[in-house]
Amino acid sequence: MIRPLVVLAFAIIAQASQPPALAGDAEHGRTLFVKNGCYQCHNYEGHGGAAGARLAPNPLPWRGFVSYVRAPRGDMPPYTVKVMSEQELADLYAYLRSRPRPPAVSNIPLLAR
Amino acid sequence: MWRPLPDSAPRIPRLTMPAPPAGESGAVREAARLLVAAENPRINAGRVARTPNGITLLVELAELLQAPVNGGGDRVNFPSRHPLAGNGSGAADVILNLEVQGGGGPGFGGGARAANAKTINISSLSLYIKSNLQDFQHMADADIDIAADSEATLPMLVEEVKRQIGADRRHALQDRGNKMADAHRQARLAAMEAAAYGWDSSPISLARLSAELWAQIKDDDWSLVSWQGFVSGWPGRLWNFDKHYRYIGGQGAGAMGYGAPAAVGAALANRKHGRLSINIQTDGDLNYAPGVLWTACHHQIPLLTVMHNNRAYHQELMHVQKMCNRHSRGIDRGRIGSEIVDPPIDYAKVAQGLGVHAEGPITDPREVGPAIARAVAVVKRGEPALVDVVSQPR
Repeated sequence: MIRPLVVLAFAIIAQASQPPALAGDAEHGRTLFVKNGCYQCHNYEGHGGAAGARLAPNPLPWRGFVSYVRAPRGDMPPYTVKVMSEQELADLYAYLRSRPRPPAVSNIPLLAR
Repeated sequence: MWRPLPDSAPRIPRLTMPAPPAGESGAVREAARLLVAAENPRINAGRVARTPNGITLLVELAELLQAPVNGGGDRVNFPSRHPLAGNGSGAADVILNLEVQGGGGPGFGGGARAANAKTINISSLSLYIKSNLQDFQHMADADIDIAADSEATLPMLVEEVKRQIGADRRHALQDRGNKMADAHRQARLAAMEAAAYGWDSSPISLARLSAELWAQIKDDDWSLVSWQGFVSGWPGRLWNFDKHYRYIGGQGAGAMGYGAPAAVGAALANRKHGRLSINIQTDGDLNYAPGVLWTACHHQIPLLTVMHNNRAYHQELMHVQKMCNRHSRGIDRGRIGSEIVDPPIDYAKVAQGLGVHAEGPITDPREVGPAIARAVAVVKRGEPALVDVVSQPR
């Protein structure tokens, strides 16, 4: 039983780490992130807040990301292919992945004290 | 009919405040029984503490039960750095809602709830039969619903809990308390980790704004005179709310334009106590009655206003965007009438025009702390001051 589980786990990890099918343009992704209103709940850096989840710098795995954007739950509005094509989602995804990791709390005196 | 005014001054009746009603004793005894027997109880606090004694009573109840307290965002009900502050851990099996609007439905405060959880409501809202759907929601989601004032009921509930806790329960309760204290520590660490995201961003993150502000005021006798909901609750997560006057809470409704006048009023009340009043002011709200800044200046009301200037009526913007998507009206049309750009408002200039010391707009996060420090110095001289910070949306 253990062996199939290990195989399954590897399959999930492999899928999770899959890059987008299309190469993304992070700069264009930022433009779309603002133009299409994503920043309104997720903030300009995609770091999230009370109104929206943290997306950057580690968004959902690509396929899950696309599925969620097309048919979200809760208050998030759906973004259909008419609004954002798969290529544009790939650009947006590239933008989110390009955001810098946050500094360590221990390196922020205002938080570490 | 016209009548001549009497020669003597008209009689002004004495103001006698009515004593608030406490809960029915049998229902309170049953509530105590459920709470004492619970494996993982949680207390949700809405507008409970009307007086400082309300905080003392809630602390006593929480410590007796070793139950976590979600202090809510409505006022200071419970010290934010008490080890039992927060949602605790695991799914609650008994939930005590104290003055929680909407009957403290399953989603209140984000804490998990067991499928078969019992709910106890104690709320004066149930006394107002004129209340509308916003107060009651569709029905009270409760196993015990006590129509009474929570603070007035707490002494009876505390005594009942004391009477019912046997020696055999005390040890288990202490173990639970240790677990909850650990959950509280973890939640604080998680808040600091979350605050680090977007730390150096411009516009400035609200976590950064709150942390910079806290660094400048934490050694003073401060009072937050604006609602935290528009700033993602960051002060509540990073600051130490340890006294009843640390926070005035929100307006209890969804209207705009309340924030700035309420802040000036609260600052006036704080003035005679020598407290440093802090107003994190949203830009859209200030547009309704900016003249209150002149009022604060004219009457020498010490008030530090730090703008959360996201250049939009942002709550509206999110909602309109959602509707635009849903009805295929065009994804970029949600901004019409809800963004405050072209031109962006220079709130420092507005404030200066009304006689108030002001700096900004600030877009570099490194400049926020020094600007706030300068403004605090002005406020300590007994005057209002404003720092315009261009901020992330939420």
